[in-house]
Amino acid sequence: MTKLTLVERPTQTSEVETGETLSMSHEPKTLFDKIWDAHVVKRSEGYPDALFIDRHFIHEVTSPQAFDGLRKRGVKVFNPSRTTATADHNVPTKDQHLPIKEALSRFQVETLRKNCAEFGVELYDLGHPFQGIVHIIGPELGLTLPGMTIVCGDSHTSTHGAFGNIAFGIGTSEVEQVLATQCVLQYKPKRMKIEINGKLGKGVVSKDIILYVISKISASGATGYFVEYAGDTIRNLSMEARMTICNMSIEMGARGGLIAPDETTFNYIKGRKFAPQGEAFDALVKKWEQLTTDKGATYDKVLTYDAADIAPMITYGTNPGMGIKITDRIPTVAELRDISEQTSFTKSLDYMGLEPGSQLLGKSVDYVFIGSCTNARIEDLRLVANMVKGKQKASGVEVWVIPGSKQVEEQAKKEGLDKIFEAAGFELREPGCSACLGMNEDKVPAGKYCISTSNRNFEGRQGPKSRTFLASPLSAAAAAITGKVTDVRDLV
Amino acid sequence: MSKEKFITLTSQAVPLSIENIDTDQVIPARFLKATTREGFGENLFRDWRYDGEGKPKSDFVLNDKTYSGKILVAGKNFGCGSSREHAAWAIYDYGFRVVISSFFADIFKGNALNNALLPVQVSDVFLKKILTTVAQKPTTEITIDLQQQKVILEDGSNESFEINPYKKICLTNGYDDIDYLLSLRDEIKVFDTVNS
Repeated sequence: MTKLTLVERPTQTSEVETGETLSMSHEPKTLFDKIWDAHVVKRSEGYPDALFIDRHFIHEVTSPQAFDGLRKRGVKVFNPSRTTATADHNVPTKDQHLPIKEALSRFQVETLRKNCAEFGVELYDLGHPFQGIVHIIGPELGLTLPGMTIVCGDSHTSTHGAFGNIAFGIGTSEVEQVLATQCVLQYKPKRMKIEINGKLGKGVVSKDIILYVISKISASGATGYFVEYAGDTIRNLSMEARMTICNMSIEMGARGGLIAPDETTFNYIKGRKFAPQGEAFDALVKKWEQLTTDKGATYDKVLTYDAADIAPMITYGTNPGMGIKITDRIPTVAELRDISEQTSFTKSLDYMGLEPGSQLLGKSVDYVFIGSCTNARIEDLRLVANMVKGKQKASGVEVWVIPGSKQVEEQAKKEGLDKIFEAAGFELREPGCSACLGMNEDKVPAGKYCISTSNRNFEGRQGPKSRTFLASPLSAAAAAITGKVTDVRDLV
Repeated sequence: MSKEKFITLTSQAVPLSIENIDTDQVIPARFLKATTREGFGENLFRDWRYDGEGKPKSDFVLNDKTYSGKILVAGKNFGCGSSREHAAWAIYDYGFRVVISSFFADIFKGNALNNALLPVQVSDVFLKKILTTVAQKPTTEITIDLQQQKVILEDGSNESFEINPYKKICLTNGYDDIDYLLSLRDEIKVFDTVNS
C-alpha cells in the first residue's frame, strides 16, 4: 500500500492547525467558517483540509463498495457509533414485511445488513420503527444537531443544514474515507448568503421559495459555494419547511446550505430519541446559541430576494433551474437567460413534449407523487390532507403518497390522515425514496406527466421517458383534485 | 490502495455537446444496484444510447463509429445532480480517462479525481474550438499533459488547466486519499475524543 510521505508534500508551511486554535481568532466569521474551522484536523498548504465528521449516514446503494474497500485494506470502521444506516433508495413501498421481490434490490439490502453486522454499524432496516429516508430519520431521531459536520453518500445530505450544521453529499470513495478515518479530505467552498425577507403570499410554501431561488440563479448558480439562508422569511419557517429549502441547495450546484439555529430549532430537537436530554440539553442550547454569523463577517456572494415576489412555482424543463411561476408562460428561445443554452433548452422541451412560450396552467397530469426527502415529512402530509379533505382525486390520475419514514407513517395514521387520503382515492404507502428516483417499482411510465414534490426533473429520473413537473405539496394536491396543473390560490 | 497512474495522454475525442449533463443521464438510478465498482460502462448514457428495446440509437455519439478515444468532451456544468460515484466509474469503465468541459459540478469533479479520471476544465472559447476541431476532423488527437497542466491540439494551440497540487501528486503516483488520512489516525483519535 503506497503512502504519501512528507517529502512529497507540495509545500511545508502552515502545518497542523487544529480547530481549537482556529476558533480562537477574533476576526468576524460566518457560521459556516466557524463550524468548518472547528472541525479541521489538519490543514496544510496545497492540501485539502482533513475535516472531522461528527455524524455519518449510510444507505444500501452507495455503501457496498466502501465496505469492500475496508475489507481489502484490512481496516475497521473508525468509530461505528458515529455512523447510522438505513435502507431507503431501493426498497419497495408495498408489503415491506415480505422479502424484496426484485433480486438485485434484495441483494443490495442484504449486503447492507451483512456489512452493518460485520462492522458494528447500527441499521434501521425494513420493518424497524425508525426506518425511513436517510435525511428524514436523522432529524426526527435527534441524530442531526447544530454545529455538527454531517455527510452521507447522497447529494441531498444538505437537508440537515437546516439545523445549523455543515452537511453535504459525498461519493463512495469518500464514504470509505469516513468509515476508515472519520474524516474526509475537502477543499473549503466559498460562502454565499441568500437572504429572503417579507411575508409569503397565499398558497406559497417553502418549496416555492427554493424553486424560485433556483429559477433565478440556475442549476449551476451556486456551484463552488456553501449557502447560508437568512432573512425574516426563513426565520419564520418551521424546521420541516427549512429542511425543504436546505434539501434543494444541491440543485443550484451548492455543496450544502445552512440556517443558523434558533428557538424553533431547539424546540424541535428537545426530547427527540437520541438528542441529549435534561441538563445536558440545556448546556448544549447555550453553546448552540453562539452558532451565528458574526457581525461584519463577509460572504463571497450575497443574494437578496423579496418574499412578496414569490408565487407558487413549477418546473417545465429537465433541470431544477427551469422553473416558472405557475401562472407564467414557458420562456421562448429569445427570452433565455443565456443564449448558449439554446440547444439544451430545445432538447429539454422536446423531451417534455412542451412548446416554448406556452402555459403549463391547465395541462393534464397523469401521476401525482407526494414524497421524497424534500417533502415527505408530517407537515407536508398535513398540508396535502387539509387540501383534499372531503374531496376526490380526478379520474385517470394516479396519486402516490409515500411517507418519509415509519414514524411519519405512524403519525399520519394517528392523526387520521390515512383515512382522508383513502377517501380521496390517494394511495398511502410505506416509506422509501420511491418515485423520486425510480430505483424500485414505483416508476412513472414513458411519456406520462407527473407532478412531483421531489427534487429532480432530470430526463428519466422517475422512470425511462417519464416527464416531471416539480412543485410544492400544495400544488401537487391541487393537481390531484383537478387532474391538471392548477394555481392553488384558486382552490384555497 | 494504488490506482492507475496518469501522466500524459494523447487520444482522439468523443464530442457530446450538451450542457448540464446530470449524473442520472450518465448512469440512470435503475442501474445502481451492483455492489462492485466494475461493469457500469455497459450502461453509460443508457437512455441516450439505447432505445426502449435495448437497441443502439444510431444518432447518439457513442454509437457513431466516426468517433472514438479516451477523451470525452462535454458541454458546461457536466456531472450535476446526484452524488453517485457510479457516474465516474461508468465513464472510466467504458474506457475514458479524461472529461473536458467548461464547467464541472463539484461532487462529480471530486469523484472523478478519486477514480483516476481527470476532469479538465477549459474556457468556453477553447471548448468550442475543441468541439469544432473534432467535428471537422474526428481523427484529431488531443494531448492532455498533466505535468504541464495543458490541453494541446494538433495545430499546437493549447490552454492551461487548473488542478490542485495534492490531487496532481495523487494522480501522477496513483495514490488515494485514504492512504493519507490513515497516516493522520492519531490526530483524528484526539479529535474523536474531544468532540464526543
